[in-house]
Amino acid sequence: MDRWTRYAGVLSPIVAVAAAFLVGGLVVTAIGESPFRVYAILFRGAFGSVDGFGLVLFNACPLIFTGLAVAFAFRAGLFNIGGEGQLYIGSFLCAWAGLGLAGVPWWIAVPVLIAVSAVGGALWASVPGMLKARFGVHEVINTIMMNFIAIGLTSYLVINIFKEPAQMTPQTAEIASGHLPRLAGALQAVGIPMPSANPLNASILIALAAVWVAWFILYRTTFGYEVRAVGLNQDAAESAGINVRRTIVLAMITSGAFAGLVATNEVMGFRHRFLDNFSSGIGFMGIAVALLGKNTPLGVLFAALLFGVLNAGALEVDVFTDVPRELILVLQAVTIILVVVGNEIFVRRIAAREARAALADTQAEEAA
Amino acid sequence: MPETNAIEMRGITKRYPRVLANDRVDLDVREGEIHAIVGENGAGKSTLMKVLYGLVPPDAGEVRLEGKPLVRHRPADAIRAGVGMVHQHFMLVDTLTVAENVILGEEPTRGVVIDAAAARERVETLSGEYGFELDPDELIENLSVGLEQRVEIVKVLYRGARILILDEPTGVLTPQEVRELFGILRALRESGRTIVFITHKLDEVIELADRVTVMRDGRVTGIVDAAQTTKEELAKMMVGRYVLLRVTKEEGSPGDTVLSVSGLSAAGRKGTEVLRDVDIEIRSGEVLGVAGVQGNGQTELVEIITGLRRASSGRVTLNGADITNRSPRHIRDLGVAHIPEDRQARGLVLDFTIAENLVLGRQHREPFSRLGRLCLDEMNDHAARLIEEHDLRPADPATEAANLSGGNQQKLIVAREFDCEPALLVASQPTRGVDIGAVEFVHTSLLSMRDAGAAVLLVSAELSEIMTLSDRIAVMYRGAIVATFDGDAVGEEELGLHMTGAGAGRSESQAAPPRAAGAPQRGRAGS
Repeated sequence: MDRWTRYAGVLSPIVAVAAAFLVGGLVVTAIGESPFRVYAILFRGAFGSVDGFGLVLFNACPLIFTGLAVAFAFRAGLFNIGGEGQLYIGSFLCAWAGLGLAGVPWWIAVPVLIAVSAVGGALWASVPGMLKARFGVHEVINTIMMNFIAIGLTSYLVINIFKEPAQMTPQTAEIASGHLPRLAGALQAVGIPMPSANPLNASILIALAAVWVAWFILYRTTFGYEVRAVGLNQDAAESAGINVRRTIVLAMITSGAFAGLVATNEVMGFRHRFLDNFSSGIGFMGIAVALLGKNTPLGVLFAALLFGVLNAGALEVDVFTDVPRELILVLQAVTIILVVVGNEIFVRRIAAREARAALADTQAEEAA
Repeated sequence: MPETNAIEMRGITKRYPRVLANDRVDLDVREGEIHAIVGENGAGKSTLMKVLYGLVPPDAGEVRLEGKPLVRHRPADAIRAGVGMVHQHFMLVDTLTVAENVILGEEPTRGVVIDAAAARERVETLSGEYGFELDPDELIENLSVGLEQRVEIVKVLYRGARILILDEPTGVLTPQEVRELFGILRALRESGRTIVFITHKLDEVIELADRVTVMRDGRVTGIVDAAQTTKEELAKMMVGRYVLLRVTKEEGSPGDTVLSVSGLSAAGRKGTEVLRDVDIEIRSGEVLGVAGVQGNGQTELVEIITGLRRASSGRVTLNGADITNRSPRHIRDLGVAHIPEDRQARGLVLDFTIAENLVLGRQHREPFSRLGRLCLDEMNDHAARLIEEHDLRPADPATEAANLSGGNQQKLIVAREFDCEPALLVASQPTRGVDIGAVEFVHTSLLSMRDAGAAVLLVSAELSEIMTLSDRIAVMYRGAIVATFDGDAVGEEELGLHMTGAGAGRSESQAAPPRAAGAPQRGRAGS
């Protein structure tokens, strides 16, 4: 019985994704293109070349971080909508610190900047966390507000104070140290023909490590146990002597740290500077990723990869067909809706199956 | 003699996703009888009544009321056919009067205005006829639980019910109120009405019912005349095996004082005092039973002792150490175990596995945690041991607590709380909603805990439970301890009187005292 439930957890997103592609196909047909051609181009874009797959990973990387942020908070019963703000603060602090690291060797600068990124996101998330724990104010409202503040604040700082001299673009100067290397060189060395221009960088390794860390914290540490207990039943957690307020604040801090790590890709690995308004919704996409990934670390990884595929393939679709790349957005949104609906249906099916099995059991017992 | 059946249900089958709630159930209730339906939790009693009242359409089967089939399964049709339901949870508007509540939804009108006089008159007639003793102008918020229940019954009668269904009607009543309710029900029977009541209290069945239908696992396992059966026989039909209905207790040998509560007071939400100057002492090897109608401060007392609520004044000490207003973790670590009154809300994380639930409260200590890491091997060994010792089913540490029966959930909590060898065990309603088979287990466990030298604070709304287990009994009423007795020096009747604050023998059929201490004005709604 439990096995079925576990299958359902994996199956329902897969079925939902398939159904979403079906819906997307109908849309494509309506536009007058062949869905087979469009999907072929989409997947060719993502998997047809080493370069394309590099883009998939590069696109998935920040989504892994923000997906983990949402999923981790969710485990504590918190809805962290503030990944966007947290990643801006983490990225800005990372760039700011990086600017001052002239002459510092990379093996000091890299860990320092990773830590600064995480701490930046964590700090930003701690505010709604504390407001929730202390005053019971709903974190959804406060994380959204903190997003506006973070975007506005970093925008102001980068335009008015930290703008790179003699440049039109609202961005900081290049960080002096702490660049994460692109992976093309290393991959070429082992015989994988990754073009040197491919932006995939070592941040993806940090993202994979983060998936493991999130899993380890949640399922192998006492803190994670308490986070899950608080998320599932706050009253029972309290009765058991768990400090619910403290756990809420710490869970938000951990969540924010994951979001802040987006800086490792965007600042340390890719641009090497803070660009105003660079994210355009990575934090919000994290909500969708977490949802699709059923709020489990491994699920987040796969969901982020799927979104990476869609994003990377979207480019090709845009170039080679009449289908606008916005179709990809439609596809993503439809997937999410279907996951949510599909989950409900699956859960009910499973429950009915269990009831039948239980009935068969009792009848067998009686017969015996 | 041609017998008319007020209710005939044939082959009722109702399947829910996880259970077969009713499996080809037949029920015959004769006109003018009091018919009890007994069974453990999940036996299908409530589902059957919901089908009867039209709240739930059956998957198969037929319902006939006074010979006529109920075609559409909707409450409106059942009501039209003369069925009335008195729910376990009352559905009254607190700020309206008795009369207004009774007519709500079916107001007598003169033109477009409500005919208040007619309403009052109807209520008064009904009330007088069956001895309800209700004042039609009293506000609901000024009534005791027992009187509120009568308003519910009058409501049903006002709508012309000839068949009354009462769902666990005595759960919230004091012994006196129960007696009066039974009087009313008998009067209703005399007037030719048919009464079906659902219960799990076998004493009441024997005392009140004419006939009994026993259910187990969605099926009828027996139909008997109440006069020709015994509690033991009923229990056996309910559980499917012989059950020890009353555990026997050896003389205790109390030692030093473990818990000492002195001058404890606490403020409620609205600033009223929910606890007033409470003094309690419990020695090791002793069970102190706290009796009282629910909502008289027992919950608050337990919450303060376990650190879940703050006291406004007074002192709680455990083995001499002051634990007043300390954190739940601090108190737990000093050796206080707690079986909370609502096990699903406070005692368990339903989505956690058995193994995870069995360390809840000790997850941060050795051997389950080392350097912040969870020790899964120790957790599983621990679970395997407790499952074996307490015969938890299913015997799989990875099963989620949500998939356990109510009795096994309670066993899980008992197993966990007993395992830390507490100095003080606080048990709140430890057998509420637990099947009688599991009640036996919980009771023997509590006593073995006492005999092992623990101090036990037992809070229960079941007087028989208090009487069976307690070495001493304290009665709480409106936040204060109004009487204390030695365990065997008092009868249910006397306890019941103290529980209503009427130790001197005042009848509680008067309107109850106002609930909020600060607002004593008796209501009269302008009509």
